[in-house]
Amino acid sequence: MRWHTLYRLALPYGLSAPAVALMLLFLIGPVLAVTALSFTDWQLGETALSFVGLRNYGSLFDDALFLRSIGNTALYILMTVPTTLFLGMFFASMILRSGKMRSLYQTVYFMPFMGTAVAMLMVWDFVLNPTVGLWGLVAGWLGVEPVNLLRTEYLALPILALISIWQNLGLSIVLFLAGLSGIPDEMYEAGELDGADDPVSRFMLVTWPLVSHVTYFVLILLAVHSFQVFESVAVLTQGGPNDATEVLTYTMYKEGFDFFRTNIAAAITVIFLVGVGGLTLVKAMWLEKKVHYQ
Amino acid sequence: MNKVNPLLRHAALLAGAAFMVLPFAVMLSTSLKSQADIFAGGFSFLPGEWAAASNYVTVFTKLPMLDFLINGVLVTTAIFCIQLIVAVPCAYALAKFRFAGRKALFNAVLWCLLIPPQAVAIPVFMELYSIGQLNSYTALILPWTISVLGIFLLRQFFMTIPDDIVDAARIDGMGELSILLRVVMPMAMPALTAFGILSFIAHWNDFFWPLICLQDVRYFTPPLGIFYFKTEDAGISYGPLMAAACVITVPLLAVFWAARNKFIQGVSMQAGIK
Repeated sequence: MRWHTLYRLALPYGLSAPAVALMLLFLIGPVLAVTALSFTDWQLGETALSFVGLRNYGSLFDDALFLRSIGNTALYILMTVPTTLFLGMFFASMILRSGKMRSLYQTVYFMPFMGTAVAMLMVWDFVLNPTVGLWGLVAGWLGVEPVNLLRTEYLALPILALISIWQNLGLSIVLFLAGLSGIPDEMYEAGELDGADDPVSRFMLVTWPLVSHVTYFVLILLAVHSFQVFESVAVLTQGGPNDATEVLTYTMYKEGFDFFRTNIAAAITVIFLVGVGGLTLVKAMWLEKKVHYQ
Repeated sequence: MNKVNPLLRHAALLAGAAFMVLPFAVMLSTSLKSQADIFAGGFSFLPGEWAAASNYVTVFTKLPMLDFLINGVLVTTAIFCIQLIVAVPCAYALAKFRFAGRKALFNAVLWCLLIPPQAVAIPVFMELYSIGQLNSYTALILPWTISVLGIFLLRQFFMTIPDDIVDAARIDGMGELSILLRVVMPMAMPALTAFGILSFIAHWNDFFWPLICLQDVRYFTPPLGIFYFKTEDAGISYGPLMAAACVITVPLLAVFWAARNKFIQGVSMQAGIK
């Protein structure tokens, strides 16, 4: 074989070798390792480990805090995802028809997504402060008791959800705008001839069928995003009051890096991975389908 | 929605926009106020007693704020540069070469897209511990040098570049690497920009990983830095705290505002919509 042919054969392997090595080292290897660890009794610093089967998972599902954590995560997803999705669709359809102001609106609504998250959480902490923050003023206007929202058990998680909606609405709008602006006006004119002349039927007959694939994508993206909620809990509530904001990533963080119960944290990670992975898998399948279409 | 009164539409949009901007306005206004003014009770946007200078000076003197910002820029830049060096050749091989194992490699990339960053934290922590590199720039940078999203985005973009162009360059006698660098890369600028923006947003904002792998304030990035400031100062000197939030957020927002269309396009590209 000539030197040149050999070079041509080896080149793609050479080009992808660094990526493959790093993927094994920081993605595939760690996922396999964390799965393996979840079936052992190993804790950080120990030199020996033994196989314990499903014991870590068993003790998790007997643990009230862990069950609360799963419940809170699900509740948080339910509060944030549909709201962000529908508000995103609603504002996107209005921004689309706002003429010269379109770019300005789009940029303003996207700003919260661009503000450094932890810094903006500090700001929210101040805004929500009942004595010195904006919340005290608003509560005065509304004539309600300015309670400490983040220290009230049944309000803390909804408030975190509200902050998340504020942060991610712009993302949802931008993705919908990208999808909606592809709909030509003729579609609406055709729809009007078919009797779709009020906003509701226009939406149901023309807009929805054409953006349903975008909707589906945004839904999954937001759900995956909400699943990973960590910053707002770590910065604002530390899981409290009374575990009302304890969520999966935060429980995992505490078990793994506060209590150093690596085996338990690994089992939580696997459960988390199955949840997020399942959702992302749906998204990846959708992406791949789209790739085949093109 | 065409027939909705335009005035009503703008009213709704402006109300929403006001809510979006509100925290930024509170942040800016509070960063200008004195502690006494903040605690005088009854929030107002206009400072009653100005203390802008002392608040901002506090941020840079009591706190290594400049170091945090430099760390942030250093880490995000290093991450993106290495991500590019690793992802571009791999994406190019996936898009423009036929070789045994190509399909398996692409499937592996798709599978790796499913892995959330928090899921690899424990083993990666152990890896860095075993080579004695926790609590360092290496710990901040190394685990994120592989971006499967980058490989995926670039591969999709390279697929759209006609093979004829690459073949023509080969016939002209260009080597494979100079084709990649001088023909393909300039065409891929939109995808590279999108990749850069997504990478920057993700790693500038990252809080979870720095919180786990760092102890030494010297290496703190802006999110961890401001978190540390709050816990150290018991979180009640709101003036300096809001000034710190401004220092971290405003430059980023200025860059975003200047290149807003590129940012928004970049973020849309991730969805594979445009």
